Amino acid sequence: MPVPMRVCAGRARLCALKALRLKPSSRRSGPVLLGLLFVLALLFTGLPRAVAQEPPYFVAYSTAMEEPGNLEIAFKGLAASPKNANAFMSHTLELEYGATAWWTTELYLQGQSTSNDSTVFTGFRSENRFRFLPTEHWINPVLYIEYENNNEADKSLMEIVGHDSIADLQLNNSSTRPEIERELEGKLILSSNAKGWNFSENFIAEKNISNEPWEFGYALATSRPLALAGSSRACTFCRQNFTAGTELYGGLGTSHGFGLEATSHYAGPTVGFQLPHGPDISFSPQFGLNDNSTGVLWRFKVSYEIQQFRDWFRRGGAR
Amino acid sequence: MKRRFAAASLLLLSVALVITSQSWASQGWLSKVPAADRARVNPYAGNAEAAAAGKLIFEDNCAKCHGDDAEGRHGRPSLRSQRVAHATDGELAWILRNGQAFHGMPSWSSLPEQQRWQIITFLRTLPTDSKSHTR
Repeated sequence: MPVPMRVCAGRARLCALKALRLKPSSRRSGPVLLGLLFVLALLFTGLPRAVAQEPPYFVAYSTAMEEPGNLEIAFKGLAASPKNANAFMSHTLELEYGATAWWTTELYLQGQSTSNDSTVFTGFRSENRFRFLPTEHWINPVLYIEYENNNEADKSLMEIVGHDSIADLQLNNSSTRPEIERELEGKLILSSNAKGWNFSENFIAEKNISNEPWEFGYALATSRPLALAGSSRACTFCRQNFTAGTELYGGLGTSHGFGLEATSHYAGPTVGFQLPHGPDISFSPQFGLNDNSTGVLWRFKVSYEIQQFRDWFRRGGAR
Repeated sequence: MKRRFAAASLLLLSVALVITSQSWASQGWLSKVPAADRARVNPYAGNAEAAAAGKLIFEDNCAKCHGDDAEGRHGRPSLRSQRVAHATDGELAWILRNGQAFHGMPSWSSLPEQQRWQIITFLRTLPTDSKSHTR
């Protein structure tokens, strides 16, 4: 159901603060504290880490795969204050493993905290990405397959498909939590790298395992490091450690009604920072482009890549 | 029923594509480098500053598999080998860009080209080890 007017237009900062200022609840602090502990652990850990190749996208995927044997642990957050709904914060813990150079597998554990409501665990997702061409081309394809077992309280907005809209965020957790959705999702990921720029295009098809129509969506993104050549000095705030880009994504209706009618769309800048010998940090304010969209989605991600994790299980150890 | 048949066909097609791609990739990578790529010139060749930058990039991205000393680890190839020493800069640039996905070497195409050339400049400063494992 389309909801008129944007929520946070012109009040972006206020909305973000409101979204983050969650009222206390008996079960609320768990995931937030867990996330903070995770970030601190990453900052101070002495584990060997690698620089991830991935551009700082939140919804779109590039064809960059996890390097074989590496394990990336990431915390993804999303804060928003939709119109006529309580502010919320979504938490996602992501474990990404490079099984081979052409196969990356991921597990997501998800939850959310809604102001004046509750904190709930919403479910999990398991995804696999397959790169099936052996060499680079102007456009490189990757096949993405995901199984999702989430309840309808999920507010991670990891993709927008079908007629997803702000109305989905206006329901109480108590009414959405009992509704379990089991979905299969496929993506065709296309990506190009030229002169330091990355251009990525994703076409999304999602199907609830029950008798519901296919839902479609898209995500487009581009990014570039602020400097293309590496510095000869070890430095933290070198331009090469920063990447900036933009992201645009939204729904394309269903197999019963393909198109832009009653769909929501978002766009925004995105910035990534690779802290040398530390985690990667990404941030993006993403703005709703029509009345069906939430005004602003504040997204952030902290990720840490443990290099050659599988060597830990080989004779002789990792180091 | 038709939908299940379509899903099964799609799955089989994906598997066939992966298997076919693997068989294409089984030949030695040097033989697959196009002549134009083989002849490419490293814009940073002999540049000490670029080699220093390449060393840092190598430590961040390559050392995890090839070792801090580039001699290879856990069966992964040494970059001090005769094979690498005899490869042209263009050939090394080609393998960095394309990788050998079905033999464990990922593509580094999302690393800016300048940084890939800096890595090659650094590799040229390393001594060659005739006993090194080659692959």
